[in-house]
Parts: sequence; structure tokens; C-alpha cells
Amino acid sequence: MYESIILILDATLRVSAPLILAALAGLFSERSGIVNIALEGKILASAFAAAATASVTGSVMFGLFAAMATSTLLSLLHGFACITHRGDQIVSGVAINMLAAGLTVTLGGYWFGLGGQTPPLTETQRFTSITLPGADAVADIPVIGLLYSELISGHNILVYFALLLVPICWWVVYKTRFGLRLRAAGENPHAVDTAGISVAWLRYRALICAGILTGIAGAYLSTAHSAGFVPNMSAGKGYIALAALIFGKWKPVPVLFGCLLFGFLDAMAIRLQGAELPFIGEIPVQAIEILPYVLTVLLLAGFIGRAVGPKAVGTPYIKSR
Amino acid sequence: MSQPHNENNIALELCGIDKKFGAVHANRNIDLKVPAGTIHGIIGENGAGKSTLMNIIYGFYIADSGDIKISGKVRKLTSSKEAISYGIGMVHQHFMLVDNFSVLENVILGAEEGGLLQPSLKKARKELQRLATEYQLDVPLDALIEDLPVGLQQRVEILKALYRGAKILILDEPTGVLTPQETDHLFKIFDALRDQGVTILLITHKLREILAATNNVSVMRQGEMVAHRKTAETNKEELAELMVGRKVRLKVDRSKAKPQQTLLTTNKLTYTDEMGVDRLKEVSMSIKAGEVVGIAGVSGNGQSELMSVLAGLLKPTKGQLNINGTWIDANHPSSAAKVRELGVGHIPEDRLVMGLIKSFTAEESAILGYQNSSTYNGKLLNKPGVINQECARLMEEWDVRPQDPKLRSSLFSGGNQQKLIIAREVDKNPDVLLIGQPTRGVDIGAIETIHKRIIELRDQGKGILLVSVELDEIMALSDRIIVMFDGQVVGEVSAEQANEKLLGMMMANIMPEELQTTVQQPSAGEQL
Amino acid sequence: MNDSKIPSWVSIIVLPLINILFAFAFSAFIFIAVDVDPIEAAKTMISGALGYQEGIGYTFYYATNFIFTGLAVAVAFSAGLFNIGGEGQAYIGGLGVGLACLGLDHTLPFWAILPITMFASMAFGALWALIPAYLQAYRGSHIVITTIMFNFIASSLMVYLMVNVLNQKGQMAPVSRLFEPVAVLPGFHTIAAWFGFGFAESPMNLSFIIALICCVLVWLLLWRTRWGYVIRAMGSSPSAAEYGGINRKHLIIIVMLISGALSGLLSLNEVQGYSQQLKLGFVAGYGFTGIAVCLIGRNHPFGIILASILFGILYQGGAELSFDFPDIDREMIQVVQALVVLFSGALSLMLVKPTEKLFVYLDAKKKAKNTLVAEA
Repeated sequence: MYESIILILDATLRVSAPLILAALAGLFSERSGIVNIALEGKILASAFAAAATASVTGSVMFGLFAAMATSTLLSLLHGFACITHRGDQIVSGVAINMLAAGLTVTLGGYWFGLGGQTPPLTETQRFTSITLPGADAVADIPVIGLLYSELISGHNILVYFALLLVPICWWVVYKTRFGLRLRAAGENPHAVDTAGISVAWLRYRALICAGILTGIAGAYLSTAHSAGFVPNMSAGKGYIALAALIFGKWKPVPVLFGCLLFGFLDAMAIRLQGAELPFIGEIPVQAIEILPYVLTVLLLAGFIGRAVGPKAVGTPYIKSR
Repeated sequence: MSQPHNENNIALELCGIDKKFGAVHANRNIDLKVPAGTIHGIIGENGAGKSTLMNIIYGFYIADSGDIKISGKVRKLTSSKEAISYGIGMVHQHFMLVDNFSVLENVILGAEEGGLLQPSLKKARKELQRLATEYQLDVPLDALIEDLPVGLQQRVEILKALYRGAKILILDEPTGVLTPQETDHLFKIFDALRDQGVTILLITHKLREILAATNNVSVMRQGEMVAHRKTAETNKEELAELMVGRKVRLKVDRSKAKPQQTLLTTNKLTYTDEMGVDRLKEVSMSIKAGEVVGIAGVSGNGQSELMSVLAGLLKPTKGQLNINGTWIDANHPSSAAKVRELGVGHIPEDRLVMGLIKSFTAEESAILGYQNSSTYNGKLLNKPGVINQECARLMEEWDVRPQDPKLRSSLFSGGNQQKLIIAREVDKNPDVLLIGQPTRGVDIGAIETIHKRIIELRDQGKGILLVSVELDEIMALSDRIIVMFDGQVVGEVSAEQANEKLLGMMMANIMPEELQTTVQQPSAGEQL
Repeated sequence: MNDSKIPSWVSIIVLPLINILFAFAFSAFIFIAVDVDPIEAAKTMISGALGYQEGIGYTFYYATNFIFTGLAVAVAFSAGLFNIGGEGQAYIGGLGVGLACLGLDHTLPFWAILPITMFASMAFGALWALIPAYLQAYRGSHIVITTIMFNFIASSLMVYLMVNVLNQKGQMAPVSRLFEPVAVLPGFHTIAAWFGFGFAESPMNLSFIIALICCVLVWLLLWRTRWGYVIRAMGSSPSAAEYGGINRKHLIIIVMLISGALSGLLSLNEVQGYSQQLKLGFVAGYGFTGIAVCLIGRNHPFGIILASILFGILYQGGAELSFDFPDIDREMIQVVQALVVLFSGALSLMLVKPTEKLFVYLDAKKKAKNTLVAEA
């Protein structure tokens, strides 16, 4: 029993890592006032960029940089449409999602001829698990041994990075000048403008942050979690991250818990597939799968607490007359 | 223009500032000199161009032409950042505060030192405590803005400007949201600031404040600067006249009204907005068939809210109104559709926002509010032929040009749009007509037609309520004039008694004793 | 946009065309990037989509889907609402159609089944739109987010039903049994034969005609009824709509029900016409394509028909393309589609300012010339 709990939590961490990265990316963008339903597409595009680059250059770090660059470019495109040209943020997001879905398969098919997949990555072309010092030594100690060697040790560097990013993000958003202005831009851009700060440049910078973070999330999927890119491998993770962002009320630490909760549900769904539970019987996997969405809808509707987003999110900034 | 002409003492000078927004000429060739260390009032009605001018000084808008001199030097202000760096601070009418930030965070936004907040916060806390004691600007520094009353929010705005080292402080209608006590405190703060050498520009449309708080005053009217006075050398009467302006008196031929039965009454009608401010305070009035009741008042004293409550667009907070025998109050609210059914036509004050839909054709705009009428509809489909003919008929009757029902509403001139809206509302033969700003932005020819028609409607036995910023218009058309001030009805005069001077003073809520006898108290809500 | 100085023919026809041209130009670059001559590709696509009867049939079979989802987006858009949940609404609509067919194909004749399946598809689709609509109207939750969430919920619900409830006994595949031929929508080739002319067999079916009828109905609704009037009024000017006595909350619900019903009708084509059984994933992104179709069709049923055919050509031509050019995947079409959404939608304001300037300049020039002539 204890072992299975540890294993589920272990899986939770693995599944949650890209959600955390993407949700924090969404946090930067939405806190600045830009709705980001393009997370899904950016994850997908950067997953492809990471795997393709890693496979061609043989370097996983190049893959990571390519992923961040790709996703940042898409972010800038989003900004060009909705900041510079005041386009609809939702429409722009839909376009980017479609673009990523189409381009990854098209370019993948052209470059690798594997039906959109990239060639499988070798160990050196991936982020592999890191065994923390002493993990093997303590593995046999009851309780703590398993906790340390399975749950805490043995993840790849991006998982640790994602977790580390939460306090960093919190610090940036709440303790720095950039964070203060970012939050202000999403709440009342007029206040930012009259304080002599450019709203557009601020939002662009927020989108660049978002681009870099989603890039890492994408790289995680194709070069850490799996060994290569397969078409549509983001499989809705961008939207789950968006849901976690709403669930965490646009605040870094609650967002982390949102991601862990949704990751946990995902891990449970896999674990419970076909299993009979005492008294309840078999729980359909799909019932667990939809929980993140259902919970988010309930929260948005104010049935369980209330999620109120940044006030100015979704509206292009126009100096009022 | 009796200001001291010592260049060294002029904190701010404007020379020939001009600004257009599309077709709207917001500021025309404005000149202004503000001596350092004085409180300078800028007074004018809503829409006179005061806010635009102040936003130009603050670098938020850029003037089309003209120079701005700060302490004698010509400065090009292309952004608020530059204006701030030259020592200009502004407290906007709508506060530029982030609601879920603390006071401290709001103050340092844009004035942070270095990438980290902690040192800036620390410094700001110390500085703000100093400012607080020096100028009686006490604010709980760690409270969130959304938890503070408006009066304190305003202090935060002032602190923001002072923290940035503002030497010239602009306040745009600062007292609109304040209680009298808060206003008095604000003026004390002004005095303290002036004593420290800060120059203050106070924008307002309230005469009392100008007289209570300023050294000098400039009057704006319709985008122009029409007069400069020393406050000590002027009085309310003169300012009221300058503000409203002496225009060519409009002549409308009309006989004496023959009022008949009462159609609409209000009884202690009160409306409180979302911010908790009472916009209407216990308003009791009535409209009878066959009379025009004008509402006079400086803009923003509750006239618009009264119209909206009567038209069913706002829900009364307290009190009742009775339209043609139907009672409406907070528990029995009405709606725009219901009020129409009760026989009320509404010509809204802002025709482009409410009166018509710019992207719709004229014939579509000509059925707004009556889209469900059986005239225009069959069982399922509407009758495009009828809608077109009816619109053509209205256009013919009211001389709307071009006479093209298929033309987009936005492509008609203001006067023709207005005629179309009036035609639409009048054509349904309502008992009561609520008319807001009937001739705003309308050319002279159309004004005459519209005025003539309003009197004809009165003679046909309609009850008409008229709200207008043009005092002349109110006097030319009304049989009774109700004066509103600060959400209240402060008096009522008959057409014979009314003159510009009397109304101007009543609008400023001055009731000199010799006038008291001629002014009737408003008739309380009569029961039907 | 209403006050713009651009003549209306430019903003209705020229600007949208330029936007599409931009999208195609960028698509051409991508074709070149994957070593495909864009002109060759265009030729292949057009001949594959329009060059022979079966191809034409496929083109219109795709177009049928786009008309339904395009109309769904357009109706909501007219009221200022963004219904991004066409995917889910169409999916659940398919459940309605499937259940009706599976339940009735042994007992009723076709003419009795068709109205029932039509009703079922619309009712199920509308129901799926009702909850987000209610939450938007009465609880203030943003309709874009809730409809996205409902797409995923619909997807999981369908997987559950197909795997556990509706699949055939003893079979692993998550598909229902095939409907009896009596329940299946007649193909266009069959209909053509009734009228005495021949047409090659293709998946194009009766639902295309239903889609065209829907276009007419939506046009009538929006432009020829009092309900359409209030829908458009709310979309154009909420404050004027309020002045006109329109109840915003009720209208949100009604509009979303109509939009969901239109999305649901897509399943007539896919379930009752094409696959003739219930299966997974038959909506395949058509709901999102509806957004593109609506944007290009400028919210107007006639424009939506044209845009749907354009996308039908892209989809069918794209399939042909992937036969002829082994390096090209059908997903290439997604790229073209994405660029269209980008330029016609998100960047639609990009060209407005420059065009406006051009016309102001031309106007000034004309006036100067006229005064010269007048003086002379």
C-alpha cells in the first residue's frame, strides 16, 4: 500500500512537471492582461523543436534552446497580433494552436519521413533521471528509503527545475519591479500608462517569459518524458495547464497545487484503469479525466469558491478618450 | 488677465494649445498662465474641454499645436513619463489605481528604484509617513485600495504625485466623489501644499469650490478659454454666467401651456450607484399632459440619472415613480421595454451610444425599441417593406436627409440622426416624452425644426421632460423649470420668472433672499 | 470600423481578400520550405478537389461540416459571443443522432427517422451549449473558457460511452454497430439518380442540402426576424440593445442554444451520412475550422457557404496532395487554415489603418484636383 502511494506520487510529479511549467507561463501572460489559450500549441511546437534539434545535433541542450526559441517566436506572433494590432486574443490563440498542429507534422514528415514523428532519441539526446546522492544507499531503509530513492530522487533535471521555478516565479511576481508592473498591467493598464510605463512593451516581455517557460514544458514532453516527438503529443496539456492556472487563481503557489492535483488525477486514472475498488466498483477512467475541467468550470461559476482573473485580461489596451 | 507678469514666477504657461479628436475640436487655441505657488481653478461645464487640456499638460495626449512652458522653458511633452520628470503630477477623475494592490505598491508603481521592490517599499514607507504628517495625508499604507473609501483612494493619488516630486499638481474633478467633510479636508491639504510651494490646478464645475479654494480662476466653454479672473475679484454670479455663456437668445413661438392631468410623478426617488454615491436624492416632481418641464442644472448633478431611472434603464434604490397609473419602485422595477408599453418615449442624451446603432441601416435604427411591434412583424418574419416604408415616411415627415432608409446610421449628420430618433419615438404616440440633449451637435436649421416640433407635441397634449446643457434651450421651450443640484431638486420656477441670472444662481445652489419669494418649492409627488 | 473612411465595398470585399491572399502567400512559403512547388501544389489541390465528380463530392462533403460549424460560430458572434465549443456540441449532437438511429432503425421508415435524428442532433448539441450559456448569463463565467472545458468533457464522455456502453458485444473496437440502411442519409449520387442524372459515388449526402437550408434559415433569422434584430443589436451595441428593451441574459441562452443546435447538425453528415455508425473522434477539428470559416465568411451565411467550399477544396485537395507528394502530410492543410485564421481574424485590423490612410490621401488628391478644375 505504502509503496503504491509512493509510486502514484512519483508518477504525479512526472505528469505535473510540464503542467507547472506551462501554467506558470500562462500566469505571466494572463497577469499582464493577455489571454493565452495558445499554450497548447506552443507546447506542441516546442516539443517538436526540442526533439528534432536534439536528434539532428545530438545535443539535448540545443534541443532545449530550440524549444524555447520556437515557443518564444510563437509568443511574439501572439503579441504582434494582440498587442500591436489589437487583434482578438482568443482568435490569435486558436490560430497558433492550429499552426503548431499543422507545422509540426508537416515539417516532421518532410525532415524525417516518419509520419510526423522524430527519430527515437538516444539516452544522450534526452534529459535522463538523476540519482540524488545517497539514494541507492538509503533505498533499503524502511519508509524513508523508498520516499527518498523513489519520490525525491530519480527525476530528470527539468522536474526539479519546474518545482524550483514556483518560488522563483513567486519572487519575480511579488518581489520585483517587473512583477509589480506586470500585475498592474493585467489589473489596470491605465494606471500603468499614466505612471509613465509602456503597457505594450511590458506585455511583450510577459509573453517572452511565457514563451521561454512553455518552451521548457514542450522540451520536457519530447526529450524527458518520452524519447522523441509524436504528432499531437501535447494532447490537451496546454488546456489542463490553463485550467490549473484558473484553479490556482492566477497565483504561483496555488497554481502549483492545482497542477499537482490535476497531475495526481492523471496518475490515478492510469493506475485505476480496470481496477475494482471496494464498495465503489470500477471507476471509469474518463470520470477522473474530466475532473480538472469540471472542477475548473465549477470554480469559474462560483460554486466552489470564486476564481476572478486579472480584471483587464482579454481586452486590448487602448488609451481612452 | 490681471495676473502678475513676472516670468520667473510662472510655473506653467500654455500658448495656443489646439487639439482635435476626429471631428471634435476639444481645445481651441488655449492660452493660460499659472503663477507658481498658487491654486488655480479651471471651471467649465462637462464637455468644455477641461480634461483634455489637463491630459495634454500631463503628456497623456499630445497637442496638435501650441507650446507648453514649464518654469519658463518650452517643453515637448510626448509621454506621461516626461511630464512626471518635469514635476507634473495628475489626479485623474477616474482614479488610476490598481484595486488589489496595497497603498504602498500603488505609490511606487512606475517610480521604483532598482529591480527589487523591497528597498523601494522601505524608502516609500518612510517618505510617505513624512508626507502624511506634513500635509495631513494619513492613509493606511498596507491596506488594499479596494478596501479603502474613495476619499482615502484620492489621497493615495495625491501621495503618488507628491512621491514623484510633483511641483505642479493637477486634480481633475476631485470632489465629485467626496462628502462635504472630505472636501473640506482636501482643501486644507491644498493650502498646506501651496505653502510648500506646490502649484495646484483644480478642475471642477462647482462654483463653490472655486471660490473656497483657489487664488485664480480660468473659465472654459466649448473648448475655449473664455476668461481669467482673480478669485477675490469675482463672484458666483459672474462665473456662472461666463460658464454657461451668453448666447443668441433662441426664439420659439409658443402660447401659454394648458396643463391637464398628471401623467408621471416621482415620490422621493433615490438612486445610489455601484460606488455607493447617491446620484439622485429624494427627487419628487411631476409631469402633466400638455406641458414641457425643463430640468436645469450644471451637467453631472443628477439629470442623466433621473432620465435613466424614468426610462427604466436604472432601478430606483428608494422611493417610487408612477407612470400612467403604474407604480414602480425597487421591488417592482421596470425595464426599458415595460416603460415603453406604459406610453413613454425616450430620446436618450447620447444618441450614438444608445439612440441608434451605428452599424445598422437607418431603417433598422428607426425601429430600435419597437422591434417587436406588430406593425413591423408578421407571425415569423418581419416585414422589410413596411419597415422601409415607415422609415421613408418618418424621413419625409421630419425632413431627414439623405432620405435613404438603407444608408448606414453612422453616415448621417448629427442633426439628421437626431431627427430620426425623435421621429421614431414621437411616431409611437407616447403620452410622455423624455428628451435628453435634443440639439447637442445639431446644426442650426435642425435645431429650429426640433424646437418647433417639441412645442407642437406639447400642444397635442403630451407631457414632456427636457434635459439639456443649453440653458437657452431650456428657457425657450419649458413651461416649468426644475433646477437640480447635487442629485436634489433645489427649486422650481415658471417660464415667466425664469431668466439666465436666476437660473445660473440656482444651478450653483445660491438662493439670495430677494429671490426666495419667486422660487417655488417643488411640488411634492402628487398622487394620481 | 463603423466610422471608418474606407468605402464599404473595400471593407467587405477587398480587405478580406487581401487578408486571405496574405495567408496563401505565407502558405506558399511553407510549401517552398518543404520543397513543393506551390503552384504545382495548388494545381493538384484544385484538380483533386474539383477536377472529377468523386473529388467534387468529397469537397462538398467537407463543406457540409464547415457550413454547420461556421453558422454556429456566426450566430453566436452576431450577438457578441464567442462559442469555441463547436467541437463538443457537434460530438454530443452525434450521440443524439447515433442513439436515435440505433433505437429506431429496426422499427421506423427513413422519412420518420430523419426528423427524429435532426431533432436529436440539434437538441443534444443545444443542451451541450446550454450549460456554458447559463453560466455566462447568470454566473458570469467566461464563455470561451467554459466551452473549451466542455469540449474536453464531451470527449471523455464519448470515450466512456463508446468503450463501455455503445460498443458491440464481445468487440474491443469502440464503435457501435452499423445502422440499418433504412436510417442512413441518402448519398448525393442516389439523390441525383432520383432526378435522372448520374453522379459518382461519394460521401456527399442529403445533409449538404440541409446545410444549405440552414444557411437560408440563419439568414432569415438574423436579417428578417425580430429575434435576429435583437441578436445583432446586442452584438453591435450592448448599451443600445439595453435601451431597446432587450434582456441580455435570456438572449445569451437563446443564441447559444441556436449555436449549439447548428453545431449538433454536423453529426447528421458525419454519423448518419458518412460513417453510418457511432465512433470516436468524428468531429476531427471541424468545430475549430468553423471559426476560420466564419471569419472569412464575415459572419454572413452566403460568405460562409463560399468559405466552406474553399475549405472543402483545401481539405479534399490536401488529401490528394498527400497522395501525389509523399513528403506532404494532410496536416499541411491545418497550416493554411491557421494562417487564414491569423490573417483574417487576429490580424484583421492590421491593414485597416494603412488602407484608411490611402483613401484619405486619394480623397485629398481628388478634392485638390476638383478645386483646381473649379478655379479654372
